[in-house]
Amino acid sequence: MVTYIIRRLIGALAMLFVVSAVTFSIFFVVPRLAGVTPDDMANRYVGRAATAANVQATAQKLGLYDPVVVQYGRWVKGVFVGSEYDYGAGVEHCPAPCLGYSFVTKQPVWPDLVDRLPVTLSLAAGASVIWLVIGVSVGVLSALKRRSIFDRGAMIIALAGVSLPPFFTGLVALSLLSYGLGITAPGGAYVPLSENPAQWAYSLILPWLTLAFLNAAAYARLTRAGMLDTMGEDYIRTARAKGLKESKVIGKHGLRAALTPIVTIFGLDVGILVGGAILTENAFSLQGLGKYATTAIAANDLPKIMGFTMLAAFFIVVANLIVDLLYAVVDPRVRLS
Amino acid sequence: MKKKALVVSAAGAVLALGLSACGGGGTSTPAATEGGGSTSAPSAGAAGFNAGLENVTNPSDAKGGTLKMAVTEDWDSIDPGDTYYGMSWNLLRIYGRPLVTYNPAPGAKGRELVPDLAESLGVSSDEGKTWTYKLRAGLKYEDGSPITSKDVKYAVLRQLDKETFVNGPTYFNDWLDLPKDFKSVYKTPDVNTDSAIETPDDQTIVFHLNKPYSGFDNFAALPATVPVPQAKDTGIKYRDHVMASGPYMFETVEQGSRYVLVRNPNWDPATDPIRKALPDKYEISLGVEANDLDNRIIAGDLHVDIAGTGVQPAALGSIQADPALRERADNPVSARTWYISILNDNPPLDNVECRKAVIYAADRVGLQNAYGGQLAGDIATSLMPSGIGGWKKLDLYPTGSGDEAKAKEALTACGQPNGFETTMTFRSDRPKEQAAAESMQQALAKVGIKLTLKGFPTSEYFTAYAGKPAYTKANGIGLATNGWGADWNDGFGFLSQIVDSRTIREAGNYNLSVKDPAIDALVDKAFGTSETAARDAVWGEIDQKVMEGAYVLPAVYAKGLLLRGKGVTNQFVTGAFDMYDYLALGVQQ
Repeated sequence: MVTYIIRRLIGALAMLFVVSAVTFSIFFVVPRLAGVTPDDMANRYVGRAATAANVQATAQKLGLYDPVVVQYGRWVKGVFVGSEYDYGAGVEHCPAPCLGYSFVTKQPVWPDLVDRLPVTLSLAAGASVIWLVIGVSVGVLSALKRRSIFDRGAMIIALAGVSLPPFFTGLVALSLLSYGLGITAPGGAYVPLSENPAQWAYSLILPWLTLAFLNAAAYARLTRAGMLDTMGEDYIRTARAKGLKESKVIGKHGLRAALTPIVTIFGLDVGILVGGAILTENAFSLQGLGKYATTAIAANDLPKIMGFTMLAAFFIVVANLIVDLLYAVVDPRVRLS
Repeated sequence: MKKKALVVSAAGAVLALGLSACGGGGTSTPAATEGGGSTSAPSAGAAGFNAGLENVTNPSDAKGGTLKMAVTEDWDSIDPGDTYYGMSWNLLRIYGRPLVTYNPAPGAKGRELVPDLAESLGVSSDEGKTWTYKLRAGLKYEDGSPITSKDVKYAVLRQLDKETFVNGPTYFNDWLDLPKDFKSVYKTPDVNTDSAIETPDDQTIVFHLNKPYSGFDNFAALPATVPVPQAKDTGIKYRDHVMASGPYMFETVEQGSRYVLVRNPNWDPATDPIRKALPDKYEISLGVEANDLDNRIIAGDLHVDIAGTGVQPAALGSIQADPALRERADNPVSARTWYISILNDNPPLDNVECRKAVIYAADRVGLQNAYGGQLAGDIATSLMPSGIGGWKKLDLYPTGSGDEAKAKEALTACGQPNGFETTMTFRSDRPKEQAAAESMQQALAKVGIKLTLKGFPTSEYFTAYAGKPAYTKANGIGLATNGWGADWNDGFGFLSQIVDSRTIREAGNYNLSVKDPAIDALVDKAFGTSETAARDAVWGEIDQKVMEGAYVLPAVYAKGLLLRGKGVTNQFVTGAFDMYDYLALGVQQ
């Protein structure tokens, strides 16, 4: 077990290294191949009043004239030991893990990401619990009451949930529930959990439901399909023949087997979500990692995009690892060796 | 340089027609003030569509409450020395006081300059090359320390460092008589800069220019003159704690998320006849989803959209459908023109007749629709918008759906009777500009001018593509979408950076096509003309020359549909920024 975890951790680090190299290449190698010069890249950071000398000074300061390998090495070094950044009127130390320094906002990337993380974690935690509970419950009931009105109604709603993006459902929900009926918080009303747990939940209930609506629908369909397969297996018939209570047959034998793919997809979904629920955060004006990413992309702020990508990749890799470990719990046939 | 506006759509030709027919508005009782610093006197209860254009709506002197403002994205900086957004220049006056500012009054009255930190407007000597201001007595920062003329000098000098403060305009860089060995306050702190700015005592500041400029008070109104104490300056990090000289100071600064401002206990209303300082607090949310922002203003959860460029298309529909909402809307014309530069570097567009053919062939109504219809802008007949002094309606070209006959005549005159091929650039992340480019492509094809369209991201549009002459020449760029807003509403503030060929650099240019020595000479003439009406006339003449040379195809004079907040007092559109004035606002309890 320990060997397995160590092996997986080494694999995860290698994966992050590859992601960083690929991402860095996309931002710094590909443009060069397309003819973008270091001065062109520096132009993003000098404002409109810059002279050619300003641009060259900035390119020099950012090390854009160095070979890309040297620039990448400097970035990797920053992750492990930190970096110094000259912002003109002084030098700022960016402590490890320094994922870069934004020359647009003149801020190290890492503290920004850490500031935004609680918002995204709050969103992901609440929404994932809701969608898992609702999605799996509805899926199980639909499978057990196959072709009933409940099953058909639930699957139609599920189809709508999968089809409607959060930026639409979010705005509609805000218009109806927050601005129309006044029963939920308006957009951008996030209150930290540490400040007021009740207000925290109140401010997030609509984003949770919006995001959960999307994913619960998918989970309901997935669970239903899994349950239908499983409930037709011979061992279910055997369990029933042995006189086990139906609730035990469903819960212990049916659902447990159907849960394996659910756990896999749930782990990945939560990992992706913690890396930023971009649409939901934008719809509800939540200042989380997803909103951070869209702002960075709009401003062409490469260090921020790079830092965000790495953090998102980290969460996905970690989620994968946890899923693999959970397999052994959910499915006794899996051995971690 | 241009002051940026967060580009927000206010579109829909059909909606526009419907709504613009719903004019009317309240009584026209401007809150007139006399130059010299008197505060605006509210008119009584103007209301209705466009009531805020010429009237103070919901007038009140009641203090207290929290004014909630929001914007879809953070702007460049809250540091007065590092910002170039109109909304920021408008807003920062609640925490920073420049030497001179704009009269907080509706409409054209809002364009009048009034002294702020200074006791009076500038006194010029040396034929307009020297300008002297005397500061009011008793001025203090938020920490109680005195504000002196040396702080104003330091503030102006520090922002000259464009490697550090990349966002602000360069007027002081270009016009101050700076010593040659001065680099920046950080790199050459010991260089004597008295040749540019003198402070003979703590109350007096004297600016020395390298050439005469009769409108220097407009420079004195720039945020760059908001005082900065040298001891508190942290360079680019100063944005984390700007020292307040106005009635409010920052309580919370979370870049990209929110700002909270509370009363500055050391601001003395006796030193400030301009500001009423009504709310107890300002809460500013950043990064609010655009449609949600409109909905929150409609619902009353938010009071003001700081961007001041107009509501989204979805809200346009709501406003049109709901008479109560319509009563809360204003549709001002901005000092901004969306236009198409006609580059004359490459043949055959180096021939004026070929450039005229482009203008004749263009579908001007199609362009107006591309930019959002009648609510988003009036069809432009010149580069300079109508709110600028010296503007006159020109009638050089038709403004319909294109005049093919005249276009063909012009093509024949330039030796291209069968048309020609060229490339047009546009900002690919701006759907309106893409629509404008497509409209041009279709209209010009009718007379044989074949356009190849190329889109580039806004962030690199001027620095690497359309604004880089080496690129445009090498790639045969003939047309480029463009847009410009006035830094302040006179000819200099609007035209100087986009028609003077001497401002063109290696990259990052906004003047893409006007390279005419006769126009340069007129610009110099305007700089040296001290009498306002005569100076305005020269700018009007320049505007006409630009059109005669067919250097640009003007599309629309921009407009925006603004929505007044529920419970907001003293809300009106100032002619200085063509958005709601942020100095006078209050909120009902």
